[in-house]
Amino acid sequence: MDWGFIGSHVMDFVAGAWVTLRFGLYGVGCSLVLGLLCCLARYFRVPVLRSVAHGYIELARNTPLLVQLFFLYAGLPRVGVRLSAEACAVIGLTFLGGAYMSEAFRSGLESVEKSQREAGECLGLTRAQNIRYVLLPQALATAAPALFANVIFLIKETSMFSVLAMMDLMNVADTLRTSGGRTVEVLFMLVVAYLALLLPVSLAATFTERRLRYAGFGNQHSV
Amino acid sequence: MMEPILRVKDIHKAFDGSGVLKGVSLDIHEGEVVVIIGPSGCGKSTLLRCINGLERVDQGEIWLRDQLISGLKDMHLVRQKIGMVFQSYDLFPHMKVMDNLLLGPMKALRKPREAVEAEAMEMLRRVGLAEKAQALPRTLSGGQKQRVALVRAMLMHPELLLLDEITAALDPEMVSEVLNVVIDLAEQGMTMAIVTHEMRFAEAVADRVLFMEQGVIAEEGAPASFFREPKTERARQFLQSFTYASTRKKAQETQAADVGLA
Repeated sequence: MDWGFIGSHVMDFVAGAWVTLRFGLYGVGCSLVLGLLCCLARYFRVPVLRSVAHGYIELARNTPLLVQLFFLYAGLPRVGVRLSAEACAVIGLTFLGGAYMSEAFRSGLESVEKSQREAGECLGLTRAQNIRYVLLPQALATAAPALFANVIFLIKETSMFSVLAMMDLMNVADTLRTSGGRTVEVLFMLVVAYLALLLPVSLAATFTERRLRYAGFGNQHSV
Repeated sequence: MMEPILRVKDIHKAFDGSGVLKGVSLDIHEGEVVVIIGPSGCGKSTLLRCINGLERVDQGEIWLRDQLISGLKDMHLVRQKIGMVFQSYDLFPHMKVMDNLLLGPMKALRKPREAVEAEAMEMLRRVGLAEKAQALPRTLSGGQKQRVALVRAMLMHPELLLLDEITAALDPEMVSEVLNVVIDLAEQGMTMAIVTHEMRFAEAVADRVLFMEQGVIAEEGAPASFFREPKTERARQFLQSFTYASTRKKAQETQAADVGLA
């Protein structure tokens, strides 16, 4: 292991990690919003929108991110829509992530007993208030593990951004490896960099799940 | 006579093609307590659920005072005036008792916290649960949960309160602590429609009893006359199914009479 080589390229990886993290988080944030909207359209059986949401989810989940990115980056310009690599990255990740987040939210919402929704309705809450105060808090407690798993999954999927010529971690590593030939050192740093980004997320997930279990959310079956 | 608070006009409701309500009409006046009884599946719960729009009627009309409420697109304003409590309590498990109580008045009615909180404490005290204000629902017994659910509904100051078998999930020793609260409410003049299987409670609290069967109101009357001398054979049979001992005694009496005749 050539520590000198590693030392002289640490900043390259920091820069790559920043790209990975920044665009990963943009994608995660947009995915959560899109996922929640799709999930609510399906849960409340909103006419038309629920079918659109369902169709979108199946499309997004059953095509690889790589293909989706190619479509955005190389396909759309053929019909006159030209997006920057960064825009393609965020849109692509959101397209994929929204579907996964929607399903995670839905598993949470479906686990809330139907009578909870009716109890909220009987108090004269509007649908939005019912979602905000009654349904979502309980749904999130159940969905938290799946949502965290999706966050980690999506940040890892950013490694596909290298096909957009973005200098994310994966592309930084690839470039170094093909130019310098120090494969072992480069791959070592790549693994360390991803771990440094994702381990904190994993730990936060574990911590949150433990807190939720302690709070006993969603425990409606006790006498 | 005063206009009724609630007017149900010939409503029909079917689930998957099979009729559950087949033409039910009903007026409820201010301060009146109407108890609805009948065998399971007769449509009594569906009737209550139709009144506050949890189910949509297929046909017929429901009026709350001078407002047609059946088929309304946006029911939440109407539901602020019609309280409902269910068999399964349905307290919000992620909120403390006090937060359960504050949610409706603060969010739906936009009342200030301090005013509601004071009133909520007073009502909790009245049902004997003042010390549970900061407890989570899962730490309460079934009877305590149901009393909280009643307070939660009452804090909305509804014009009409619907109670759907609120003691059906309770252990027997907890039934009376809940029903006493309801009787208190009746004495304070609360207008209520109550579905129950507790016949002695029904007799005690009702101004009027409706006997439903197969989606229609088969008999209607004052509790004293209904429980002593039901007019229809079906109501008689239904009431008898609640009194095992007297059935047996009656059988023996009939036997004795037969023997005497012989």
